[in-house]
Amino acid sequence: MGNEAELLPGTLDLLILKAVSLGPLHGYGVLLRIGQISGRALLIEQGALYPALFRLVRQGLLKASWGKSDNNRRAKFYELTSKGRKRLREETDGWNRLVAAIASALAARPQEA
Amino acid sequence: MTAYVRSLAARFVRRRQTECELEEELRSHIQLRADELERSGCSRAEAERRARIEFGSQERFREECRDAIAGNFIDVLIQDVRFNLRMLRKSPGFTAVAIMTMALCIGATTAIFSVVEATLLHPLPYPHSDQLVRVIDELPGVDASDVGMSEPEWQDLQHSGIFENASPTWYDDNNLTGSAEPARVSLLIVAPNYFALLDVKPELGRTFPPSDHSPGFTGEAVISDGLWKRMFGADPNILGKSIRMDTDLYRIVGVMPPNFHDPGTSLRERNIEVWAATSFYGPPLFDHPPRSGRNLPTAIARLQPGLTIETAQSRVDALVASLQKQFPGDYPMQTEWRVRLVPLKESVVGTVRQTLILLLGAVALVFVIGCVNIANLLLARGSTRARELALRRALGASQARLTRQLLTESLLLSSFGGAAGLVILFWAKDFLIRFVPESLPRLNEVSISWTVLVFALIASVISGLIFGLAAALHVGRIDLIHALKQEGRSSTGSREQVRTRRLLVVTEFALSLVLMIAAGLLLHSFWDLLNAQLGFNPQSVMTVKTRMPYPNDTKVDVYATPAQQAPFFHDLLRRCKRMPGVNEAAIGDLASLPLAHDRNNQNPPVPMVIEGRQTQSNEASLVDESIVTPKYFHLMGITLQRGRLFTDFDNDKSEAVAVINEAMAQTYWPNEDPLGKHVKLSRRATGWTLIVGVVANARTESLENARIPQIYSSIYQRGAKHLAIFLRGKLNTAAIPDLVREQVQSIDSTLPVFGAELLTQTVSASLAQRRFTLEMVGLFALTALILAAIGIYGVISYIVTERTHEIGIRLALGASRSNILRILLRQGLRLAIAGAALGLVGAVIVSHLMASLLYGVRPTDPLTFAGVAILFLGVALLACYLPARRAMRVDPMIALRYE
Repeated sequence: MGNEAELLPGTLDLLILKAVSLGPLHGYGVLLRIGQISGRALLIEQGALYPALFRLVRQGLLKASWGKSDNNRRAKFYELTSKGRKRLREETDGWNRLVAAIASALAARPQEA
Repeated sequence: MTAYVRSLAARFVRRRQTECELEEELRSHIQLRADELERSGCSRAEAERRARIEFGSQERFREECRDAIAGNFIDVLIQDVRFNLRMLRKSPGFTAVAIMTMALCIGATTAIFSVVEATLLHPLPYPHSDQLVRVIDELPGVDASDVGMSEPEWQDLQHSGIFENASPTWYDDNNLTGSAEPARVSLLIVAPNYFALLDVKPELGRTFPPSDHSPGFTGEAVISDGLWKRMFGADPNILGKSIRMDTDLYRIVGVMPPNFHDPGTSLRERNIEVWAATSFYGPPLFDHPPRSGRNLPTAIARLQPGLTIETAQSRVDALVASLQKQFPGDYPMQTEWRVRLVPLKESVVGTVRQTLILLLGAVALVFVIGCVNIANLLLARGSTRARELALRRALGASQARLTRQLLTESLLLSSFGGAAGLVILFWAKDFLIRFVPESLPRLNEVSISWTVLVFALIASVISGLIFGLAAALHVGRIDLIHALKQEGRSSTGSREQVRTRRLLVVTEFALSLVLMIAAGLLLHSFWDLLNAQLGFNPQSVMTVKTRMPYPNDTKVDVYATPAQQAPFFHDLLRRCKRMPGVNEAAIGDLASLPLAHDRNNQNPPVPMVIEGRQTQSNEASLVDESIVTPKYFHLMGITLQRGRLFTDFDNDKSEAVAVINEAMAQTYWPNEDPLGKHVKLSRRATGWTLIVGVVANARTESLENARIPQIYSSIYQRGAKHLAIFLRGKLNTAAIPDLVREQVQSIDSTLPVFGAELLTQTVSASLAQRRFTLEMVGLFALTALILAAIGIYGVISYIVTERTHEIGIRLALGASRSNILRILLRQGLRLAIAGAALGLVGAVIVSHLMASLLYGVRPTDPLTFAGVAILFLGVALLACYLPARRAMRVDPMIALRYE
């Protein structure tokens, strides 16, 4: 519990896009995938996932279709649209730039200021 | 954006389906999680329980999901509508009152608007009707308006280049003979270009060839759809058939469609049944019509394309100036001849514009008062709902959300009201339209059109917003702590609420006082008119009309001269006097028929030349002339003042004589004795007419004006073909028309008999438009007063309920009951007086605007103002007294224990 980090606002969408970009997933699958790729370091409230999914569908970044899960339960699967793929690229670039900038800012030493 | 719209639409259509999918998706999530937990060793039940706990508040996320899905706006709307419908069902009394009030207000406003739209706003039903004008000749120098024009003047206009076409129109009753019984038809004599000018097509056959300019009548007739169906049974082979009018044969060449009406200024002219074309010269008219012979009553014209009416007017002015220079003998400068162009629509509806605008204004006031009343009711309800609202606020509903919900409620009420109003209107349309005097122009065009529906919709939304906002604005002011602390009935925000409600009541009172005073002034005018000294006695008099023919071939006219007509008159009078119940009988021309002429041009004023005064016959004054048999005066009760009346011995062989009224004596011979003076009663008359008597003024021309100069001449000397038969006695009104027809047709079987009417009916019909205005404004004023009374009643009741406790204390401490009553009445009166003061100011403004609709009263008539104000305060006092009496009855013990 102690080593789980709170999500920064706005990053949930990015994580969902990333998770789905690796292959179609149902809602619970998205949750598991994020846990898996983040090394279980990020804490996501389960219910909060769905409003975000709906929002992304509305924006046309994801598309949804009903299908069967591995253990044969009916579930709604999400996959990335081309628009979503493009958005993921942009957001990833933006995030990397931000992280680099913050990291360099935090690494600054007094004499360099 | 398109994705949003698509999903919005999809959402709207598949709302329930989406809701199910959301449900299923969340359930599947929990199951999947539970499967995993089960695998790690939990029991199934435990696994599901933990899965649900891990998930978090399902309801909250479901709500967030709904928000995330587009179309949520509609969801909330549907939710609000459902909720409000439930709330409204719970208080059926309030709902019924509110919806009924709004139905009345919106229905009445829409009804009046539909009339205004059809008459004032909608263009006339002819192509490019804004290019159509009426041509009116005036002689302001001799105080004469609408004097008509001569054939050469018409030709000048037609060829001036200002107009595409110009056509005189000449209304005439005509005798349609040949069928079983002679019938009277409404004939309009026009130039051949008339239909081309209006740019209308017949439904059958053709119209007249527009450029035909051969002398006399064309011998062709176009008939109306109504006549075609009535007289010819809609015969499809009607074209080419002949009809005989006034012994002349006309060939029917066309039938006009049912919705075509002449743009006439009077009801008769708008219901033309036959059109005949002439070039207005050659027999039976002049071969070479003189410029000064203004025998063409009026004309319509279509401006050249692209010409504005102002430009056209200035070019017509220039034309008139040059004609005056060219023909100084025909156009003496003193008469100041001018030709005025009036937009055709204006000439049709101009006379009723002010009345209609007054009615629209009146109904708009009722509408606003109705809205204010509902606002008041909503506020009263709001105060009992304050706790509910405060609770919901405390549970997290945002203020915007509550405001939106309250607005939804009021819009719901107003749209129900609007819909109910429209339903009533649709259902009662034909019934309502019967109250409108049929002389109202374009009445047949009144309908519930799209424009009217849109108007009703806008009116509903506006009313909903008006009364909704008042209630909604208070939501923001609810003091949560205070509201929630109260047990049971709440008095939260009461101070502020009462202030708003007082303001609303003052507004209501002010507006309804304005209406009441307008109605009072109209009533006063009407009353004065009803009680005006008529100068004649319409009781037990009946009039019947007949008409002698005007053949186009004057040689076959058996009634060409007074001498040829006289035997008919003598014979008819003798026969009439023998009819049962008839004591007196007289005959006159249509001008002698009191109050019956709607400014028609059949009885144009005649030019009068006074001996020794005017050398130029063109400077003649125009006076109203009635041509009657000698007994007319006694029958009508018009009394002789000086000199003598004419007798049966004043005939075509003896000297021409005339009788004038007091007004004429005073106008033309102010310091002289008119008896023995000579006048000429037309420009071309060779002989002089001797004035032999002066009779008292009678309001036969207009109820409003007793002092219109009148000259009466003998029918045996002047002759007349449009005839009114006057009968006085104990008449069997149902039998008279047939008896008279029998007598007239036994003398001449070709003469039609029509238009039988009691003279009292004629007098009353001349007041029809005034009566209509009065009734409508009166009705609106009464509604307004009742609404205002309900408003003040509500506020005082509220105060009483609110202060029961306080009143109890006061009573316990020894206040007398009359003291309590006085305090409450004073509160109510203060509101009423404030409203009345504001209303009086408004009324002064409004009454000046409606001055031309008044008769005999000044716009600031003190009697009306004071009377209405007193009535008003009386009603207010009564409305306050009823709830105040309840306060007096408060039992101090109960009131104190209650809290």
